[in-house]
Amino acid sequence: MSPPAASYSAPHLMRRRLRGRLFEWLALASTVVAIVVLALLLLDVLHDGLPRLSWSFLTNYPSRLAARAGIAPALVGSVALIVLTAALALPTGIAAAVWLEEYARRSWLTRVIEVNIANLAGVPSIIYGLLGLGLFVRALNLQRSLLAGALTMALLVLPIIILNTREALRAVPRSQREAAYALGATRSQVVWGVVVPAALPGIFTGIILALSRAIGETAPLIVVGAVAFIAFLPTSPLDPFTVLPIQIFNWVSRPQPAFHANAAAAILVLLVVLLSLNATAIVLRDRARRSLRW
Amino acid sequence: MVSSPSPSAAAASALFPAAEVAFDIRALSLWYGSFQALRDITLQIPARQVTALIGPSGCGKSSLLRCLNRLNELVPDVRIRGEVYFEGANIYAPDTDPVEVRRRIGMVFQKPNPFPKSIYDNVAWGPRINGYRGNLDELVERSLRRAALWDEVKDKLRQSGLALSGGQQQRLCIARALALEPDVILMDEPCSALDPIATYRIEGLISELKSQYTIVIVTHNMQQASRVSDYTAFMLAGEERVGELIEFAPTSQFFTKPRDKRSEDYITGRFG
Repeated sequence: MSPPAASYSAPHLMRRRLRGRLFEWLALASTVVAIVVLALLLLDVLHDGLPRLSWSFLTNYPSRLAARAGIAPALVGSVALIVLTAALALPTGIAAAVWLEEYARRSWLTRVIEVNIANLAGVPSIIYGLLGLGLFVRALNLQRSLLAGALTMALLVLPIIILNTREALRAVPRSQREAAYALGATRSQVVWGVVVPAALPGIFTGIILALSRAIGETAPLIVVGAVAFIAFLPTSPLDPFTVLPIQIFNWVSRPQPAFHANAAAAILVLLVVLLSLNATAIVLRDRARRSLRW
Repeated sequence: MVSSPSPSAAAASALFPAAEVAFDIRALSLWYGSFQALRDITLQIPARQVTALIGPSGCGKSSLLRCLNRLNELVPDVRIRGEVYFEGANIYAPDTDPVEVRRRIGMVFQKPNPFPKSIYDNVAWGPRINGYRGNLDELVERSLRRAALWDEVKDKLRQSGLALSGGQQQRLCIARALALEPDVILMDEPCSALDPIATYRIEGLISELKSQYTIVIVTHNMQQASRVSDYTAFMLAGEERVGELIEFAPTSQFFTKPRDKRSEDYITGRFG
């Protein structure tokens, strides 16, 4: 059963091998470039910011003197903003996705809603800032408050949560739904008892993406009116606030190098907050995923 | 809507007394959109017996099975005409709640589909959502015993149902259906994803269960139909691929003395 050897030339095989090898090297090179650039960036920030990091840097308020300035209001503001944004956007986004995926009949209306949500995910964030300014700050008279900021951020991340949750719901096999219906489950029992639990890992992925986006956003909050110089901690959602990216932006735009070191240190803090947030979500996701294997 | 018994229904009802009828299917037709999958199926399925639905792929046997617990309604654009009487009541009557129908008529699917929950919760979920008031631990144990799975899983009830082997998963799905204490178990090719040993165990289980439950089983496998069933319904997709019932008879009679030429051709392997 040997193939007619004469029909296949050895040089051709060589060429194919070479081509494969070449692609492998190209892919490796791309990976290395991406990682090296990221590592250099991180090293630079570490070099500038690490000496400035201290307990008092975390607990101090902004100051005219770079050495005395701290990030307490920005850190508390960032954490409060994320918590509030999550509290607003997660239930709404997940419920919207469940409705679109599990309840809504396919019609032109749902089609229009779907297309709009997909487009909203790509709208520049400054536009959300302007919307927040017009709607929450002015029309609803929330002023330049934490709540107005969180509502704006919630709008911004809502499409991300909806899209990812829908994707996760769609990935639950039909056989799971049929099994549940065949046991005499009502639609809501099927959805909340079987489909949503099975989709949790994917829903968590959407949450990670959404909250990472929210914690790093600056532009919409500048528009909504987060200010860099805040001499107190927000105690209610209606207080004025600031967040880490705005504090960093403010410090970077000053001429004195000492403030640049402050900015680098604040970047490190922001990274730690972001990474610990993601780590929490990933741990939760993996716990939910462990029981899923089909 | 026509409700007078057609000639074939009269023929079928002679096979067993009227009191022993579980399902009385009358002139049932089914469309998926504009495609007709079943035409005028009239068939009586006996209680506490095993009835096999056989026929080549695409003959509508799974569609017919899914009409018996109204599971077809989950498919968009499905249209059903005709009647299915279950213990005297038309399950397609406007005031019949499909949720209640499905609680009384359990189903086991082609591919084992346990929930990604613990073994215990797989069995307990159905009773829980239906408001079961008895002792759940006892019910879970009883159901797993009836499904011949208890001895293998009694020490790991908290483990995921998905960690079991394929055959064990299918028996878990049977236990899950039994936990609702249904009157009927519908089985849609329950062994087609299993190896011969697991298949052998499920078939043994079917023989044990038929003393208490009406069992309707769809199978591709004629040997399986002849091994496990008491009655056999043979279906075939005729012109335009519409599924029709060709013959319904006691299994021993069907495989030895089929009345219809097409049945004979099918069981002698001339097609399908």
